Amino acid sequence: MALKIVKGSIDRMFDKNLQDLVRGIRNHKEDEAKYISTCIDEIKQELKQDNIAVKANAVCKLTYLQMLGYDVSWAAFNIVEVMSSSKFTYKRIGYLAASQCFHESTDVIMLTTNQIRKDLSSPNQYDTGVALTGLSCFVTPDLARDLANDIMTLMSHTKPYIRKKAVLIMYKVFLKYPESLRPAFPRLKEKLEDPDPGVQSAAVNVICELARRNPKNYLSLAPLFFKLMTSSTNNWVLIKIIKLFGALTPLEPRLGKKLIEPLTNLIHSTSAMSLLYECVNTVIAVLISLSSGMPNHSASIQVSFSRHAHTFSLKYLGLLAMSKILKTHPKSVQSHKDLILQCLDDKDESIRLRALDLLYGMVSKKNLMEIVKKLMLHVDKAEGTTYRDELLTKIIDICSQSNYQYISILVELTRLEGTRHGHLIASQMLDVAIRVKAIRAFAVAQMATLLDNAHLLTGNTQRNGICEVLYAAAWICGEFSEHLEEPMATLEAMLRPKVATLPGHIQAVYVQNAAKLFATVLRGQEGAPADSTVAQETSQLLIDRLPLFVQSSNLEVQERASCILQLVKYIQKLQQKDVEVAEEVTALFAGELNPVAPKAQKKVPVPEGLDLDVWINEPPSGSESEDEGRKSKGKAVFAKDESRHTKPRYTEVDEKELAKRREVRKAEQANNPFYIKASPSSQKVYQDGVGVEHIPVVQIDLSVPLKVPGMPMSDQYVKLEEERRERNKADKKKKKDKKKREKGEKGRRRRGDSGPESEEDITPAHMVDIVTEEMPESRDNHIRSDPDL
Amino acid sequence: MIKAILIFNNHGKPRLSKFYEHYSEDTEQQIIRETFHLVSKRDENVCNFLEGGMLIGGSENKLIYRHYATLYFVFCVDSSESGLGILDLIQVFVETLDKCFENVCELDLIFHVDKVHNILAEMVMGGMVLETNMNEIITQVDAQNKMEKSEAGIAGAPARAVSAVKNMNLPEMPRNINIGDISIKVPNLPSFK
Repeated sequence: MALKIVKGSIDRMFDKNLQDLVRGIRNHKEDEAKYISTCIDEIKQELKQDNIAVKANAVCKLTYLQMLGYDVSWAAFNIVEVMSSSKFTYKRIGYLAASQCFHESTDVIMLTTNQIRKDLSSPNQYDTGVALTGLSCFVTPDLARDLANDIMTLMSHTKPYIRKKAVLIMYKVFLKYPESLRPAFPRLKEKLEDPDPGVQSAAVNVICELARRNPKNYLSLAPLFFKLMTSSTNNWVLIKIIKLFGALTPLEPRLGKKLIEPLTNLIHSTSAMSLLYECVNTVIAVLISLSSGMPNHSASIQVSFSRHAHTFSLKYLGLLAMSKILKTHPKSVQSHKDLILQCLDDKDESIRLRALDLLYGMVSKKNLMEIVKKLMLHVDKAEGTTYRDELLTKIIDICSQSNYQYISILVELTRLEGTRHGHLIASQMLDVAIRVKAIRAFAVAQMATLLDNAHLLTGNTQRNGICEVLYAAAWICGEFSEHLEEPMATLEAMLRPKVATLPGHIQAVYVQNAAKLFATVLRGQEGAPADSTVAQETSQLLIDRLPLFVQSSNLEVQERASCILQLVKYIQKLQQKDVEVAEEVTALFAGELNPVAPKAQKKVPVPEGLDLDVWINEPPSGSESEDEGRKSKGKAVFAKDESRHTKPRYTEVDEKELAKRREVRKAEQANNPFYIKASPSSQKVYQDGVGVEHIPVVQIDLSVPLKVPGMPMSDQYVKLEEERRERNKADKKKKKDKKKREKGEKGRRRRGDSGPESEEDITPAHMVDIVTEEMPESRDNHIRSDPDL
Repeated sequence: MIKAILIFNNHGKPRLSKFYEHYSEDTEQQIIRETFHLVSKRDENVCNFLEGGMLIGGSENKLIYRHYATLYFVFCVDSSESGLGILDLIQVFVETLDKCFENVCELDLIFHVDKVHNILAEMVMGGMVLETNMNEIITQVDAQNKMEKSEAGIAGAPARAVSAVKNMNLPEMPRNINIGDISIKVPNLPSFK
């Protein structure tokens, strides 16, 4: 027996303990994983021993390895064994390991119930304590149900150490097993008045957590908490109670009124920053909920608070609080504008971002310029892209609410490098220039300067880079070229060879707008007599510079450049014959493009006499009656059915009509000398089968890409197939439909395409001045009978 | 409620990790890495509050941290906890460690992580703050240490002798004494009663 003990001790001497393990790992930095797996093997061996000390040691090491990220759930049973040791030291190790890796789906947890119960009733308070601590981390609904009563009893234990822990763990028990709340609640309430401050604090903690989830049920406790608040000196307790009141006040306005007095006292008396902050926060919440004004009160608190804000955390929290006030009492925050602007200078990025948010909320017509100016200063100074980008977005947001000085700000923004918002700036520029007639002249002048300085911007060719702005600049100059002071110079700027380094879509816009500018230039030059040479020089300039673009790899650029090149060559020939071409060239680009609101189409009033639902031409089959007061011109090949007096609609046509229509159409096609007959095979398809729906749908094995000439993508083929089917169906409907679809495809062309066919030409005659929403001027009934409609 | 307490060094190696909600080991390691990432980017004199990372609750949770020499102490809490209060709690925790280890340094945490867990267990239980009074905490910790010693008793003698011999590893000693001192600057914070 004695020998065994000695042998055991000697064995234990060679076991690694935790320190050895850690040391070993540190010494094996290169092959750490290998070393650790050796250690794990050793641990497995140790766990097979009977000696509980050895097992405990092994479990201790396992806890460390779990922290490094190794899964130790395979040792769960051994952990339970160690937990059940009679020695406190090992028990503690066991419970610690359990709290780190047990969870709801650990199956051995069932085995722990009795052990925990034993420990909870142990005479040694530290056994109980350690059991409670461990349990709080891995309590499951089953454990909660089984042990709730034991824990409730412990709430009245003689030792405050145990009472404290028992009260605190009750919250976890409530979470997992809610039925335990009702019986335990009275006892919990008692603990609020426990003589021991620790127990009291724990009780407050638990009730505050419960009340956060369900404020209504705890309103009745408010008076009790009130008493506590005025009597307690423990800062944590006070903080919790004040937070709780903050949550309760929205439900009970009278409570709010009563709170202000003691809270203000606390604010003035306490020296603890944490408590001060909570008080202020709650006062603000109370005042907001009261909404009886008292903005002066809050403002004064704010000021006194901000003066204390010499630490960064407080500044941050102060700004947070102000943004809450902002929602309901914006005026009181206005007075602190300077303070907030100062915060923009702060070193801490989170504070700057908060201040920015606040300013954004505070913007009004009066302080807009000042704020924006300040922000611009900051954009210059700002390093670090997130803050800068935030700044930019905010500036753009603010300014888009008012158009003053917007363009100059935008231009200044473009001078900054390294932002991602080129796209945004570009669209904003276009937006403003189009909508706000008054500033077009100014905008155009700025854009011209921008184009001149384009060499500064061509360095940055990222997708969303500043060069997007050149897109806008070029377009604006071209479209509103009548405002340009020196169109010739701008034209030259647009055609510099360096332009070819810009992204393709920007080059395309350049080329197109160069053409527009050319028209303006010509107009200006041909006005002056005996200056035909100058006009010819202009054409020559274009002919010289455009070939570079014709060679571009971008399709769009190539197309446009070659079109325009040919045009210019032709114009030059005309010029050599001394023909005035300016008028015609200008005519190419006539017509204003106005922005159109998305709902504009709906608002277009239908002119009288036009019924959109009626067939324009007689449908091929005679089944629809046309007694809507319109002369029917169709050649009714087939006799009409029993005339239906229903209004013709796009209703589902049934099988008979389909068949009839098909026959009629075929007959027409046969008679029509110009109709190109389809190949006999495809006609067969029509003749067989009763309808489109009966064409057998075969699953195409798309894993093998189908080679369709001209269509490289297999899914495009599928799309084609679908389109074809659709066309079959649509053929039976009116031609109107087909036209609409074609128009849709056309309409997808670039916005810069100033052809007169664009969809957007619904309001031609009216200039849209500064408007918030563009709608067709329906009240003036200037709807051109658009043939495309 | 406190969701997690993490201590890691300037290189992101975890020195203590306590999660009060269950995550798999991989997720835990990811959370540690992510938190390290967020916290290490911070400048020295910016505020100590951060929005939580994506893995651990996102924007509802705050990361409240303090940087002491080579270690970051990070508490991940939800909105029921007072941020400034937690900052004070971290301070109390570190001061307690200092008292218990006598001029604590990172190596103490490395080699005696189980002791650190035991101290922490007296302060935070199940994610809720148990005790904030330093003296009270130290009393309990001392009592439990005494129990441990008395249990080890005679049977522990050979084991203790062996560890003493192991600890006498001479090349290691200078490391144990000098390197990595955490100088606990006790700022002028109001005492936390």
